[in-house]
Amino acid sequence: MGARAAYSSKTHLLNLITMATEYASSGEYIKHHLQNLTYGQLPDGTWGFAHGAAEAKAMGFWAINVDSMFFSIGLGVLFLFLFRMAAKRVTTGVPSGLQNFVEWITEFIDTSVRGSFSFQNPLVAPLAMTIFLWVFLMNLMDLIPVDWLPFVGALVGIPHLKVVPSVDPNVTFGLALSVFALVLYYSFKIKGPGGFFAELAFQPFPKWMFPVNLLLEGVGLIAKPISLSLRLFGNMYAGEMIFILIALMFGGSWVLGLFGGMLQWAWAVFHILIITLQAFIFMTLTIVYLDMAHSEHH
Amino acid sequence: MNFNATLIGQSITFIFFVWFCMKYVWPPIMNALESRKKLIADGLAAGDRGKHELELAAKKASESMREAKVQAADVIAQAEKRAAQIVEEAKMAAKEEGDRQLAAAQANIEQEANRARESLREQVAALAVAGAEKILRREVNAQTHADLLGQLKAEL
Repeated sequence: MGARAAYSSKTHLLNLITMATEYASSGEYIKHHLQNLTYGQLPDGTWGFAHGAAEAKAMGFWAINVDSMFFSIGLGVLFLFLFRMAAKRVTTGVPSGLQNFVEWITEFIDTSVRGSFSFQNPLVAPLAMTIFLWVFLMNLMDLIPVDWLPFVGALVGIPHLKVVPSVDPNVTFGLALSVFALVLYYSFKIKGPGGFFAELAFQPFPKWMFPVNLLLEGVGLIAKPISLSLRLFGNMYAGEMIFILIALMFGGSWVLGLFGGMLQWAWAVFHILIITLQAFIFMTLTIVYLDMAHSEHH
Repeated sequence: MNFNATLIGQSITFIFFVWFCMKYVWPPIMNALESRKKLIADGLAAGDRGKHELELAAKKASESMREAKVQAADVIAQAEKRAAQIVEEAKMAAKEEGDRQLAAAQANIEQEANRARESLREQVAALAVAGAEKILRREVNAQTHADLLGQLKAEL
């Protein structure tokens, strides 16, 4: 392909930087920041990265957001690597540094699980830990100034880069649907198909009103993964949007830029709370949903 | 919001991460925490036990101290008694020895005196005989008067 040669040419690189740093309008700037790096089948039949939202949409289901996958897998591997290292070197003696930190988090999650989950299941605590730390790290990417990584990406020829995986609904829904699958699995396993159906159909109203019950409980059941994923996505999307809007100020006068810098700092400090809280809520609701799946009586 | 295969990729990644965490991360850390909890509990129990033992030992020590004091007083009293006895015995022995030596000395003196007296008597007798002999040389035959002379000698 001639694209490779073109990428290495200086003029093309400069064009890319100009494209990535200067926008026709603020609307375009925002749109650009909210566009994933999507790999899939292009309209002309070849496979490649989508340029723009319309092209990404046209790719249909069989396309993949490379940036979301890259950052989420990278962060998950980082978390597991750190914790595995601590777990390998763990001692019962006086814990030091990393072990102390890891133990602190482990105890915090263990306490949360013990508080909300009243059954014996070796899966739940590691699941809660993975959710909490992974979601927290994915949210943490939000604190990196919005233009840094996309700018670096543009320098090496990546047209779009969304660095916060939890702003991609695919990521939050992937998590929530996996949790939902576990909820369904344990509901069937613990209560049996009959028991699960009874729970959905024979309450809260008397048995003869079971269509109404089924509708109510069915909506409640479906609402679990949707609310779980949309809550995280919505919060992170809104947070990211505000960061992008603040970043728009840097294009104005220096007074506006200074004000923007202060705003960005303040919002980032506030956001530390939000990202931790969102990770904690996701974890706690997962534990609660699994507890409900285990309990015989509603 | 357009959904694509990222959804599936995320689910697979998530399942893998949970599996890894469940297998290699959570159990070792939890085990360490549990065993440390046990270690601390054991340590505290051991501390309590030690404290209790210390109390017992202190009680025991003070008891044996008291016993030792009583025993020491006994020993001292006995020793004093024994010392007095020894002194008394020594006094007695000394007195006896003195008496004995006195008696021996007296006997010795007497013997010496007797011996001196005897020798004096013999000498006097010899002198008397010699005097008598000188006087009687002419009239008295020593042989005929030997009986008489012996008698005289014995009387002296």
